[in-house]
Amino acid sequence: MRAGAAEQTPSGGLVLLCLASWAVPGLGHLWFGRRAKGLVFVVALPLMFAIGLVLHGRIFPFEVSDLLVALAAVADLGIGAPYVAAIAMGLGEGQVRSVTYEYGNAFIIVAGLLNFLVVIDAYDVALGRK
Amino acid sequence: MASHLLLLVLFSFFVSLVFAVIAKDDAVEQLHFGGLLFAGFVAAAVVLGWLMYPFPL
Repeated sequence: MRAGAAEQTPSGGLVLLCLASWAVPGLGHLWFGRRAKGLVFVVALPLMFAIGLVLHGRIFPFEVSDLLVALAAVADLGIGAPYVAAIAMGLGEGQVRSVTYEYGNAFIIVAGLLNFLVVIDAYDVALGRK
Repeated sequence: MASHLLLLVLFSFFVSLVFAVIAKDDAVEQLHFGGLLFAGFVAAAVVLGWLMYPFPL
């Protein structure tokens, strides 16, 4: 059944799968019936991102003049829809004076990076590698 | 929510959980691998913290 997943997923479907898995963490796994894994990702990653915001973490802007800020911005973007929702609600300004500011940044950045890994894992599942 | 140790444990929990679920398919293996990762994260942080303790900022 796993080998058949690759045959049933055309390249356009793979792109759609990756986009869906990026936008909603865990959706790619749910798509292929891996409910337990998908549910863990659906809950854990947005929760981690939200905790980062509560800890006064910052959603970094895309500033090419500062490489580290730009890299952090790419990592932040990795969480998908929660990123867009947070921006739309005006969250993620970051409070540098807060004692938990750096912790918040770590939670937000790592949540995005982990979701990139989840997207790659969903891609592997789609290709029948896992 | 300003406890450094609590935040460290929370962060380690989430990262271990996601790594374990990605890396392993079986629930028992996930528990073993995740537990090992979690213990490793926390132990490493405590050990490194104590190693840095003698050195001033």
